[in-house]
Amino acid sequence: MKEPPKQGIDRRLIALAAIWAALLLAPAWMPLIGGYTALGTRVLVLGLAAMSLNFLLGFTGVLSFGHAAWFGLGAYGCGLILKYVALSTPLGVLAGTLLGGVMGGLLGALIVRRRGVYFAMVTIAFGQVFYYVAFQWSSLTGGDDGLRPFYRQPLHLGFANVDILNNATSFYYFVLFCFALAVAAMAFILRSPFGRTMVAIRENERRARFLGIPIEFHIWIAFTLSCFFVAYAGTLYALVNNFADPRGLHYSQSGDFVMMAVMGGMRSFWGPLLGAVVFVVLQDYVSSITINWQIYIGIMFVVVVLFFPRGILGAIRRRVAA
Amino acid sequence: MTQLLVFNITNGLIIGAFYVLMAIGLSLILNLSNVINFAHGGFLVVGGYIAYTLEPYLGFWGALIASPFLTAIIGLAVESFLISRVYSRDPLYSLLLTFGLAFILEDGTRSIWGANGKPFTVPAFLSQPLSNEFFFITGYRLFMVAVVTIAVALLFILLRFTRAGIRIRAGTLDLETVSAVGINVRALRSLNFAVGIFLAGLSGVLAGGQLGLEPTMGAGLLMPSFVAIIVGGVGSLAGTLVGGLLIGVASGVTAVFFPAASEAVIYVLMAVVLLVRPRGLFGEEGMLT
Repeated sequence: MKEPPKQGIDRRLIALAAIWAALLLAPAWMPLIGGYTALGTRVLVLGLAAMSLNFLLGFTGVLSFGHAAWFGLGAYGCGLILKYVALSTPLGVLAGTLLGGVMGGLLGALIVRRRGVYFAMVTIAFGQVFYYVAFQWSSLTGGDDGLRPFYRQPLHLGFANVDILNNATSFYYFVLFCFALAVAAMAFILRSPFGRTMVAIRENERRARFLGIPIEFHIWIAFTLSCFFVAYAGTLYALVNNFADPRGLHYSQSGDFVMMAVMGGMRSFWGPLLGAVVFVVLQDYVSSITINWQIYIGIMFVVVVLFFPRGILGAIRRRVAA
Repeated sequence: MTQLLVFNITNGLIIGAFYVLMAIGLSLILNLSNVINFAHGGFLVVGGYIAYTLEPYLGFWGALIASPFLTAIIGLAVESFLISRVYSRDPLYSLLLTFGLAFILEDGTRSIWGANGKPFTVPAFLSQPLSNEFFFITGYRLFMVAVVTIAVALLFILLRFTRAGIRIRAGTLDLETVSAVGINVRALRSLNFAVGIFLAGLSGVLAGGQLGLEPTMGAGLLMPSFVAIIVGGVGSLAGTLVGGLLIGVASGVTAVFFPAASEAVIYVLMAVVLLVRPRGLFGEEGMLT
């Protein structure tokens, strides 16, 4: 949707088909290169979260460093429903998405008054509120130990029951289906006049303002949509782990999302997914060989910022263009 | 009840003074370089552990003075080699860079000094309670407040009356013009960063004496400093001072009535300030918006 025209439509369609083919066939090819289906599911969920963040960061140019809050609220919302209210996976997903999205929208109304570094700071600080609430309110949330036990429930589709709890492959396809829904919605919004306005604000806020576009309102809507998407990803994350953790609300989780988006390439729609693949696989690998894995993650941050600021896709595009 | 309230207000002021020390360093760096230094907590920890290592050789007082300087030197190296490369880029990159540095500093501390807490002993006369009635005011707490007061007063004097200080303040307002009149902005930013990290190192030594040392202690102190800056208003050091004391007292008083919320209350305060006065208590309109 923002490729230079000379690349043509064919190339884009081929790339898109390749991405979906790779995702659809993942349970088949991942074991061949040493992966496992559950890792694929995690990548998909965290990739969706990073894409949701990038919906705001890459396309509106507004940096939120507190998206873990809405992600975590989604996870807790889903977990609380499954634990206390009803044994229904779809209801959990719906409730968690609403909880994170609505809270994000409410606080977003306060946050959009600021811009730049200040915006980032305020989002970080507000995000931490929910971390402390989840941490302190242990009678409801399980405090430091996290919310458990709850289990994702089999899906009743009318014609068939799908056991997503015990069958890792069915669960992968369930997550892929949810992922596809969200990604389609994001792509649809970005192609709409509203999406074009978001990009206009990113490119030149002042000029967009001169055109009579209510900037704050647009940023607020973009922020709120992004919160809904990331909360939705959070509900899926709760289903992945059968567990909701206060650390999922912490600002360091937000930093990971931003890193995924930047590492993959924040000016591209699919970049954050690629970033999530690299990030999750690296983290999985490094933490299996050393206890000081945080140092390596830190070094990765430094290297990406200094040497690959446009991310993997950005670097590839540059090479192709040159 | 009254005593409890007095205790908590005093306690809040003391904690607030501590937040001020940390937040003012952050604020200095943010104002001049537009960098949110996520690694500030990491430098705090490094400062504390350096003091812990030096104490057997230099004693408490020697460590108290030497450690912040050494921390500032490390900060200067990090700034020159890494952070200075992203000044001209979108603030996103300095955020991610310092975020990564925070990981490196924290985990580096852990691999050098170990994950378990370390005690940092303070002179015996400082750890005595000063009176039986107000048992909570130990000498060390008063000492902390005194050090913070001296450090902050010195900082304000330096910014007001020295050539470099005046340049830093001018750069905060309009860096382009400062650069245009021939001042080396690059060096100014380095100096400013080092001063900020000096304060982080000092905070680390003081916190170590009060709470003992742990590799994770810095991360927990970072957020209140953010809130102090936002409440006080970005761009104003005086605002950061007031903001830090205010959130200290707010969380102290909340601890009396609703202890579970004493950490969350500062964010409520921040929300109220943003709602009523988005620029912060002392913030200037148009500053870094």
